[in-house]
Amino acid sequence: MTVVTWIVEATWPACVEAVRRYTTPDTDVVLLHVTDPDVADVAHGAYAGLLGRRPRRDPGGQVESLASAAAHNLLDEAAARLGRRCTNVERTGRVEREVVGAAGGAELLILARDGELGHLGPGSLGHATRFIVDHAPCPVLLVWPVPPPAIDTLPTHP
Amino acid sequence: MAESCSVVLLIAVLAWAVIRPFGWPEAVIAVPAAGVAALIGAITVADTASELSKLAPVVGFLAAVLVLAQLCAAEGLFDWCGVWMARVAHGRPGRLLLGVFAVASLVTAVFSLDATIVLLTPVVFATAARLGVRARPHVYACAHLSNTASLLLPVSNLTNLLAFGAVGFSFVRFASVMTLPWIAGIAVEYFVFRRYFATDLSLAASASDARPVAPPCFAIATVAATLAGFVITSAVGVNPAWAAAAGALVLALRALPRRRTTLLGIVSAADLPFLAFVLALAVVVRAVIDNGLDAALRGWLPHNTTLAALLTIAAVAAVLANVINNLPAVLVLLPLTAPAGAPAVLAVLIGVNIGPNLTYAGSLATLLWRRILRRHNHAAGLADFTVLGLLTMPAALVAAVVALWLSLHVLGGYGP
Repeated sequence: MTVVTWIVEATWPACVEAVRRYTTPDTDVVLLHVTDPDVADVAHGAYAGLLGRRPRRDPGGQVESLASAAAHNLLDEAAARLGRRCTNVERTGRVEREVVGAAGGAELLILARDGELGHLGPGSLGHATRFIVDHAPCPVLLVWPVPPPAIDTLPTHP
Repeated sequence: MAESCSVVLLIAVLAWAVIRPFGWPEAVIAVPAAGVAALIGAITVADTASELSKLAPVVGFLAAVLVLAQLCAAEGLFDWCGVWMARVAHGRPGRLLLGVFAVASLVTAVFSLDATIVLLTPVVFATAARLGVRARPHVYACAHLSNTASLLLPVSNLTNLLAFGAVGFSFVRFASVMTLPWIAGIAVEYFVFRRYFATDLSLAASASDARPVAPPCFAIATVAATLAGFVITSAVGVNPAWAAAAGALVLALRALPRRRTTLLGIVSAADLPFLAFVLALAVVVRAVIDNGLDAALRGWLPHNTTLAALLTIAAVAAVLANVINNLPAVLVLLPLTAPAGAPAVLAVLIGVNIGPNLTYAGSLATLLWRRILRRHNHAAGLADFTVLGLLTMPAALVAAVVALWLSLHVLGGYGP
């Protein structure tokens, strides 16, 4: 059985914890991180807006390599915390589409809520997470990265 | 003849600057273009000489600030800023954003927007990554503040330096009048960023960054002395560029024997081809203005300085900056607005400085060219930036112009 776990800054420890709790040690675990190139593109774009400066001072390339190193470190940290055999996968692209693509053929996708975490409701899923849950090609385990809010935070029935 | 030739020359210079064929410097075409403009009589030799002598101190000031920023980076000032931002963040992305806003606003104001984009942005990304928080809001903040926070001092943006003479204020008077617009613009950006990135900012850090890094006291003291130098030179009627040059010299004399930089590194930081490009562009723009653009654009601009007029001037400046770039925009608008007085020129600066936040990559021309090159084909990233630009730019522009109007009334900028 292959379980794909989406590792994102800030919420990943809850996902690793879910792998440990809900899967058996012989499960094939894939730790997936996706880097959205738009952050480096913002740096490239800001420099392009400075008319007449030397091209080789463009900070976008530096941000790209920092992003790649950060993704690598994050996956290593997650693998160490998992403490089991696993495969680290780094992808670059539109985050939600890359995650859905990577989940094709998996038997389970584990991801964390990343929106408004103070009360129960659809706001607890960010835009990308909502897209992945809506389009996932496999069963999904959606965990809370913080202790879940009390049941009385449920919106009242209209 | 002179009219159409000068327009062709300007288009060639700007197209080269956007396309950057073979990665060659913009000066390669801009300097010959300025020479051709003078040769064919599109601009008289006397006017060329007056334009160059007027801009030479401006370009010198720019070079001194670029070198100062680079030497501060060599002293570790920006890395220390990263550590300071991580410390004030306490693992909370909302507080990190506040730290990024504070640092990016000050760095832009003191060292110019180049320093925020080139030297601070990678530090901010690395800081967010080390804290384990999402970097997007913080990197976008650097990009936006490099524009919005460049209102405060004459050195904060090349556009300000170019307009400084036309404003006719001392360094200190410029800074005091622009403080309120600077704060208003930044406040609007902060308010929008907190809401736009609410999701990314709600998730606490998964790591901590406790690297003990000693503050680069020498660099901080030199920068403080340079700022004091701006005030003193301004009070005694000396060009404040000398204060910047002295600050850069002090840091260079310290860094060179310690091998933190080389003479070549310092000359390279001054970016001589860029300085030549600025001078040549100014000559070509002057030729276009003298040959009819002046009359063509005059009808579009109000000739008084009521609040409505200032808002109109800022809006026209922002649109022009977004079509090509804010550098030619300010060169075109300066001679048209200078007769109306300092308030009109300052409104132009608000337009050309905040305006570029609307278009990813500073201007429509650059954006289109980058799309053609497919340097980035992530439509959603583009949409994100444009939506954020639409949410912040017009609001920050209006807030800054209203603040300018108030500031001028309180500080008496409408009088002589």
